[in-house]
Amino acid sequence: MLENILLTIATAATPLLLAAIGELVVERSGVLNLGVEGIMIMGAVTGFAVSLSTGNPWLGLIAATIAGALFSQLFAFLVITIATNQVATGLSLTLLGIGLSGMIGESFVGQPGVKLPTLDIPILSDLPVVGKLLFAQDPLFYLSIVLVFAVMWFLFRTRTGLTLRSIGDNHTSAHALGISVHKYRYFAVMFGGACGGMAGAHLTLVYTSQWIENMSAGRGWIALALVVFASWRPLRVLLGAYLFGAITIVQLHIQATNLRDLESLPAPLYWLAEIVKSIPSQFLSSLPYLATILVLVIISSNRRLTLINTPASLGRPFVPDR
Amino acid sequence: MKKLLFAMAASAAAIAFAGTAEAKVKACYIYVGPVGDFGWSYQHDQGRLAVEEAMGDEVETAYLESVPEGPDAERAMERFARSGCNIVFATSFGYMEQINAVAGKFPDVKFEHATGYKRDHPNVSTYGSKFYQGRYIQGQIAASISKAGVAGYIASVPIPEVVRGINSFMLGAQSVNPDFSVKVVWVNEWFNPGKESDAAKALIDQGADIITQHTDSTAPMQVAAERGVKAFGQASDMIKFGPETQLTAVVDNWAPYYIERVKAVADGTWEQIDVWHGMAEGNVVMAPYKNMPDDVKAKAEETQAAITSGEFEPFTGPITKQDGTEWLKEGEKADIGTLLGLNFYVKGVDDKLPN
Repeated sequence: MLENILLTIATAATPLLLAAIGELVVERSGVLNLGVEGIMIMGAVTGFAVSLSTGNPWLGLIAATIAGALFSQLFAFLVITIATNQVATGLSLTLLGIGLSGMIGESFVGQPGVKLPTLDIPILSDLPVVGKLLFAQDPLFYLSIVLVFAVMWFLFRTRTGLTLRSIGDNHTSAHALGISVHKYRYFAVMFGGACGGMAGAHLTLVYTSQWIENMSAGRGWIALALVVFASWRPLRVLLGAYLFGAITIVQLHIQATNLRDLESLPAPLYWLAEIVKSIPSQFLSSLPYLATILVLVIISSNRRLTLINTPASLGRPFVPDR
Repeated sequence: MKKLLFAMAASAAAIAFAGTAEAKVKACYIYVGPVGDFGWSYQHDQGRLAVEEAMGDEVETAYLESVPEGPDAERAMERFARSGCNIVFATSFGYMEQINAVAGKFPDVKFEHATGYKRDHPNVSTYGSKFYQGRYIQGQIAASISKAGVAGYIASVPIPEVVRGINSFMLGAQSVNPDFSVKVVWVNEWFNPGKESDAAKALIDQGADIITQHTDSTAPMQVAAERGVKAFGQASDMIKFGPETQLTAVVDNWAPYYIERVKAVADGTWEQIDVWHGMAEGNVVMAPYKNMPDDVKAKAEETQAAITSGEFEPFTGPITKQDGTEWLKEGEKADIGTLLGLNFYVKGVDDKLPN
């Protein structure tokens, strides 16, 4: 059972992690993209449509990634080239994505889809408890973990990453140094879009193999919040996403455990269970949000460090010639 | 922010008008979920389409989907009332306060509220469906075929309709196996495929080998199919998502009621009513009984026939409340008022009812 719980947690956390790690790079370049939800849902519908039409979920995944990247370029053009307000543009991108995906997906509603196969690593996947969790997962699970470390390495160990961060911190100075702020931001937004598209594909190709309008159900917003609460640090995003996933699943298990299953427990433990079971389910449902925020606030309570991590130019349009 | 966005999306993007013919009556529908949920809202929309089919040029229909319960719904209804709708169907419990507020402002427009009980103005009717009748049969089937003696129940939000369903399921199960156990998980949402599938996984991991849901997506059915347990569909026949998984489904058939009411508006005979239709009126339909032994199927059909003829009613005594006190005496039937406002569990449900 523990193995199954861990697997379910990973499934719940992966789309959040994918979307959040992409958005982290976008925000590190100083662009605030509130369109994550829209990008995600576009990825979800594209992934589903393509994999159902071709019968190949891998093609669906690739198409979703491209769709996310392309869709985000609409946002990039508006906020980077035309320098529109990033908050308003991001919100419209979300609205557009939800509406457009509903329209595109209309004929795909109610059709059972195709799932991405799991990649089993022989021998290792037979290990007790962690075997299935770490070595017999869907490809997006591996990718999400690899991406976290790749982004860490890129941001903090490469020259390009340093340049990207410097743009996020002070685009005027970066521009004065001859760095093309626009080019970096376009690529950052495209990367974020591709990640969002993959997160969407996870929803329709791994999480539940079906397409339903609005099925991202606010996960894009959670990803956005994770980035902020993780104070723009990749490892904290990983922690946040898994914490969120874990509490989401554990609270369901608490609800699913009946007191009569626990009658054999020693009295103090049973009393404890009784207390836990008397917590209203609405509170349990909101627990993932509360706990994730709380933990991330605590670990980022060092104000100086948080300020250092916050991209100073975040959300501010950059117009070089004005 | 999410709520606001959905509201904006609902009012800005999701408006859709159907039927352009010169029409006499305009019937307008407000759905809580997307039409494509293949569950609750989908069935209401099927009812709307049936009205169009039955009345042809005499009717024009419109709908708004994914309208959040609460203040936003009031705007949606006002908008409909202003745009020339003669009758507005609001199809979720949570629209109760709003529909009554709007009805007061537009006395000439007829308002119909699904699953509600509040009628503050003469132009508000309420209509409901005795889905719990179907859930009793599901409980019987579950207890007959479950090897573990445990069913998982994915519940949405704690309103009387959902509580009634859980109680009825439990009573049906107890009629076969008095020790049957139901695990209830509240997801506190009507429609969230991801969360619903997580809940289904959790329930199966905890030993349930039958899954039943009172949420609107097909995700739990798919999880059950993957994990090789059986499940019941919700609101629509979901057999497509689990050909070897779905035992049956309680299907909501709103078509007869919608046609009757829209025709009444056309004829000028519309009057305020409060109806609660069930199997007898054809409002609650069971999807074909599949994936179960013949004797279980025969018993289910027998119960269905008894409920349809009025010979049997799930909430008939003796029934004890969860806390052990008596609710109904031997042979006593629950009164409609108590059922409509049901806020307690029957004995054997091992869950604390959220407020």
